[in-house]
Amino acid sequence: MARRQSTSRQVGFTIAAWVVGFLIFFPILWMFLTSFKTEGDAYAIPPKFLFFHWTTENYAEVQSRSDYLLHAFNSVVLSVGANLAGLVLAIPAAWSMAFAPTKRTKDLLMWMLSTKMMPAAGVFMAIYFLFLRAHLLDNLWGVGFLLMMANLPIIVWMLYTYFKEIPVDILEAARMDGASLTNEIIYVLTPMAVPGITSTMLLAIILSWNEAFWTLNLTNVNAAPLTNMIASFSAPEGDFWALLSAASVLAIAPILILGWFSQKQLVRGLTFGAVK
Amino acid sequence: MATQQTTTAGRLLVAPSVILLFLWMIVPLAMTLYFSALNYNLLDPESIRFIGFGNYLAFLSDPDFIGALENTLILVLSVLVLSVVGGILVALLMDQPIFGQNVVRVMVIAPFFVMPTVSGLVWKNMLMNPVSGLFAWISSSLGLPVIDWFTSCPMFAIVLIVTWQWLPFASLILLTALQSLDEEQKEAAQLDNAGPISFFFYIVLPHIARAITVVVLIETIFLLNVFAEIRVTTNGGPSTTNLPFRIFELATNANDVGGAAAGGIVAVVLANIVAIFLVRMIGKNLEA
Repeated sequence: MARRQSTSRQVGFTIAAWVVGFLIFFPILWMFLTSFKTEGDAYAIPPKFLFFHWTTENYAEVQSRSDYLLHAFNSVVLSVGANLAGLVLAIPAAWSMAFAPTKRTKDLLMWMLSTKMMPAAGVFMAIYFLFLRAHLLDNLWGVGFLLMMANLPIIVWMLYTYFKEIPVDILEAARMDGASLTNEIIYVLTPMAVPGITSTMLLAIILSWNEAFWTLNLTNVNAAPLTNMIASFSAPEGDFWALLSAASVLAIAPILILGWFSQKQLVRGLTFGAVK
Repeated sequence: MATQQTTTAGRLLVAPSVILLFLWMIVPLAMTLYFSALNYNLLDPESIRFIGFGNYLAFLSDPDFIGALENTLILVLSVLVLSVVGGILVALLMDQPIFGQNVVRVMVIAPFFVMPTVSGLVWKNMLMNPVSGLFAWISSSLGLPVIDWFTSCPMFAIVLIVTWQWLPFASLILLTALQSLDEEQKEAAQLDNAGPISFFFYIVLPHIARAITVVVLIETIFLLNVFAEIRVTTNGGPSTTNLPFRIFELATNANDVGGAAAGGIVAVVLANIVAIFLVRMIGKNLEA
């Protein structure tokens, strides 16, 4: 809290912080270690922390048992595809709200945010019914559309807060020079907006990747992403811990790495710009 | 700067998002309202008839529903308290001048990126299993009784799992708020010989109060929707079925379209009470 800190206090805080950090991280580390064990070692009491027979068999088994690649492909298609579509819709909207606000812009933003408050379970019956009739159950387009709509308000909001920070003068200068609206967007706004767009995309991908209400309820096999593949380990095969761990590591690794890169933007995105 | 031309262009640019979001909101909501007034079972489509508030009366007088409502509140409130209090402590600790803060930060935030199905299954099996789980081994090595989490206190087990997922979120946001605390203010407090306790209650807490409110509101939105963690661990049952899970059961197991829709409307109303506060709160920030 103060600048003049005795070294011993600093060491004390450092140890405490590392212990807390380690404990919070531990379940993930444990899953990682277990994924390299044989099933026998995974169940061993006392637990084997590092000294066990390391094996990568589980990873191969995940692919042959539950077709990891298909589900990973679905996860990628859903989270990247849905949010790319979301960006296409959101960039013009956020651009116009940030640079040409009207009296109603604020209300519009608030209203968009309020659509995010609609609980998925609340409208589940209607969506399920629509999907059933339209033969969209277990269909990538259907779930992809839902994930896009679920993230659209967040994407618009995040882009809006980033675009707000771009100096307006530059855009006006471009307008003076006779740049058309399209050129203004492509040549002036986009280069300045790319960092904000990237952060927005990262956060949106993380949210869709981990979305587990719509994906569990509306997909089954063909369109099922990784959330659903993991759920299939719940019973009766929950008794294969090493296998479950390997599948879990494969399911979370991509997003964990993406997440670590985007943690600075996370705060802003998840609080709709209310905390920066 | 909004000329006539830019205003028209602006409308055109905003229109696709607005129209889609409007449809996304109004169509399912209207359908849900409509279904909620019908006696409608998917397995018996011949018997569809209008019953007004019948589903609501049935739903609200159903002990399973009252239980689900109670479970929803227990889950939301417990996780809120644990993650916010824990988050403040973790954030305060991380705000100290510690070595390797970045590494600690990476470890603390990690659970937030873990998908709900993974956290549910990993905790249920490898940590909380009463025979071979790590917690059982720790308790028995310490000579403590072994807890069979999902038999003796299933809701508490789920609260722990969900807290583990949301503690990082609270910590990260509160840390960001803490870091914006003025250095001069800290020094002034130090000159005044403020003890750490009074420093916390008179300077730190008011400074992060706003961030705490935001954390509470946003977590509430997500916590009202907890589903996958329950699906892969207890798969329902009287003590862990929450509102989303109950609606899911009615819709898929009982094929009771009307009942699930009425439950959905209740969930929407509940979420909206929270939403009103959140929207107002963030709206204030827009002006700043």
